[in-house]
Amino acid sequence: MNTVHDMGGQQNYGAVAPEADEPVFHHDWERRVLAMNLAMGATKLWNIDQGRAAVEKLPPAQYVASSYYEKWFVRLQHLLLERGLVQPAELEEGRAREPGRKLDVLTADRVAAALANRRASEREPLSAARFAAGDRVRARNIHPRSHTRLPLYCRDKPGTIALVHGAHVFPDTNALGAGEQPQWLYAVRFEAADLWGADTTAAAVYVDCFEPYLLPR
Amino acid sequence: MGSHHDHDHDHDGGSHLSEVELRVRALESLLVEKGYVEPRALDAIVETYEKKVGPRNGARVVAKAWSDPAYRRWLLEDASEAIASLGYIGRQGENMVALENTDRIHNLVVCTLCSCYPWPVLGLPPVWYKSAPYRSRAVIDPRAVLGEFGVTLAADVEVRVWDSTAEIRYMVLPQRPAGTQGWSEERLAELVTRDSMIGTGLPRTP
Repeated sequence: MNTVHDMGGQQNYGAVAPEADEPVFHHDWERRVLAMNLAMGATKLWNIDQGRAAVEKLPPAQYVASSYYEKWFVRLQHLLLERGLVQPAELEEGRAREPGRKLDVLTADRVAAALANRRASEREPLSAARFAAGDRVRARNIHPRSHTRLPLYCRDKPGTIALVHGAHVFPDTNALGAGEQPQWLYAVRFEAADLWGADTTAAAVYVDCFEPYLLPR
Repeated sequence: MGSHHDHDHDHDGGSHLSEVELRVRALESLLVEKGYVEPRALDAIVETYEKKVGPRNGARVVAKAWSDPAYRRWLLEDASEAIASLGYIGRQGENMVALENTDRIHNLVVCTLCSCYPWPVLGLPPVWYKSAPYRSRAVIDPRAVLGEFGVTLAADVEVRVWDSTAEIRYMVLPQRPAGTQGWSEERLAELVTRDSMIGTGLPRTP
């Protein structure tokens, strides 16, 4: 979906403000929001792509005005409601009106193993890779109304395959609950001049692109 | 809701909990009551990312690559395995790629679409990495962004920006500072800053 989360190339957000000796968290509630998101994610009721899609669906003004953990907090509430795990009145009151569903709850003794996960998105390929390093490609000019990981700024732009990363879960279908449908993933080098004309100080931008995002050229 | 720069000055036990703090507490007690989360599991997650995982892990990877040519080659060819061999594994770092900075090439890592970041080697991302100014401008005007970190590169250096749009996580292998011949890995690791492994900074110099 074309919306504000796709920020690459925007120019009116001001200067970057690094904070010296920044703490890991700025408020105690941020710790709890991070932990609740990871713990609920471990129950596998939704996948990482559905989690990202839920953040992207926030109204643009709210997305831009919210801090990272505020977005994570709202996202978690949305997913809990959407999956029928909590009722709106329960969220309002902070109190259960009916017993919870039976879930595979992340217990303290399983946290270390859950966080030490070594298998994320890589899968056995379903077919041979269409492209190899050095191949000339063009990113497709697509504008799906649903979740995608192809940034606007490189759509319809020419590039070159730089790295072949193997086959990975395809976010576009996984976010829709339509299956992992593993696809080959490539780092594609886009010359900065092809993306931005003369108005850039980059030499090249590398974007990880799934095979369905690319055409040969 | 306040921005992340509005520090609570009376957090734990204070009488003026912010609205968001109250709502987060209410959600946690609801999820506990429903049997969906275990508070001790939440504590263990926080403990992991606040105390155990952080950029010192990545600094040890870099220092080893600076000291051991075979390890450096392994890191550049198969970063996932080379990093895992030091025990740094887990979420948001399952598939790693190391990007080598040279006299001619400077790499910079961003996630324009959200906040993808290599947690096992760098910890949780700083606020600026997740912020709109960084996510928007890193891909179009990286030299201006670098300037905001106090970094100026020579005009003939090729600036390569890596947008982490999938589940591959990138870390930069910065150049070893001059004047460090014979240094131990432990001493070298002290020179490796978090930002030097994102590409927004350079290592400290002796």
